[in-house]
Amino acid sequence: MAEATAHGISSLHGSDAPAAAHAETHQEHPIKLYLVVWVWLFILSACSYMVDYLHLEGALRWSLILIFMILKAGLIVAVFMHMAWERLALVYAILVPPIAILVFVWIMTVESDYTLWTRLTFFGAGP
Amino acid sequence: MAETTFSHAPTSLRPDGMRGFVADWSSDQRAFKNVSWGKAMMWIFLLSDTFVFGCFLLAYMTARMSTRVPWPNPSEVFALHLFGRDIPLILIAIMTFVLISSSGTMAMAVNFGYRRDRKRTAILMLLTAALGATFVGMQAFEWSKLIAEGVRPWENPWGAAQFGSSFFMITGFHGTHVTIGVIFLLIVARKVWRGDYDTGARGFFTSRRGSYENVEIMGLYWHFVDLVWVFIFAFFYLW
Repeated sequence: MAEATAHGISSLHGSDAPAAAHAETHQEHPIKLYLVVWVWLFILSACSYMVDYLHLEGALRWSLILIFMILKAGLIVAVFMHMAWERLALVYAILVPPIAILVFVWIMTVESDYTLWTRLTFFGAGP
Repeated sequence: MAETTFSHAPTSLRPDGMRGFVADWSSDQRAFKNVSWGKAMMWIFLLSDTFVFGCFLLAYMTARMSTRVPWPNPSEVFALHLFGRDIPLILIAIMTFVLISSSGTMAMAVNFGYRRDRKRTAILMLLTAALGATFVGMQAFEWSKLIAEGVRPWENPWGAAQFGSSFFMITGFHGTHVTIGVIFLLIVARKVWRGDYDTGARGFFTSRRGSYENVEIMGLYWHFVDLVWVFIFAFFYLW
């Protein structure tokens, strides 16, 4: 929270609202931070492209794809979308519900395994 | 019509961490203490959009896991013939870099907005919009190339038929989001350029006074579009 500054609020909200009534803070951070994150996103994207370019296969390929993806997503959400400086009330409200998607992934994995098994059993191996 | 006012203590006096989380949510007033209604609503919209794209990617996962027919190799499907040889995924890689660059320029625009640097904010937003339009243009090129090669939602020359339907649905929906983002960027950039957020001019839609926070809210949407592409790139193109 230390870096988020609250100055300039009175001038930003026009004259018809009392300045002290607003408790909203602005997300203002040094430009250098954005440039560093930008460079890292470039590096991570290049890395994930290299995974394909170098024809890595199997568990190594999948784990690298996931690692680079999570790092990129984390940088974008935390710094570019300023989630790192928000209060936990907002952070949890936005970041906890997507866990439901992971549960859904597990459900659909079980379901598609079953579908594949029935297809192989009744139609035989693919053409 | 005065704007809603709140009579809280300044944020610095509130407890942080888990105690702050419980106190904010149980305060029987508003849960998001230092976030304006506009920003909170954009976050909640983005959360709902997360579920939309989550379901699309899940449908793709289910189709790919349950088919008996081999899945086409995206590394070869999306290769371009450049400099006398096939370079795998090169167009997608360029599109990724274009979108990341646009996210960078957007973050800078938000920053200059809060510094009340009207010109730089508007120019950076226009640059973001130009990069976004470039992305959509490259996607249109990719679509026409694949359609010319015979990819349809119900068939393709290389393998499982679900490849086409997944591809057109996921990238089409993402491209629509980028297009809408470009349009909104142009609208907000025009307002910044005119100085609407300096004079507090009322918006045409909500009739509320705008501020430079609108640039940050616009930025949230734009970064989300980039975020979704990170997942599409990983799961659809690289997997």
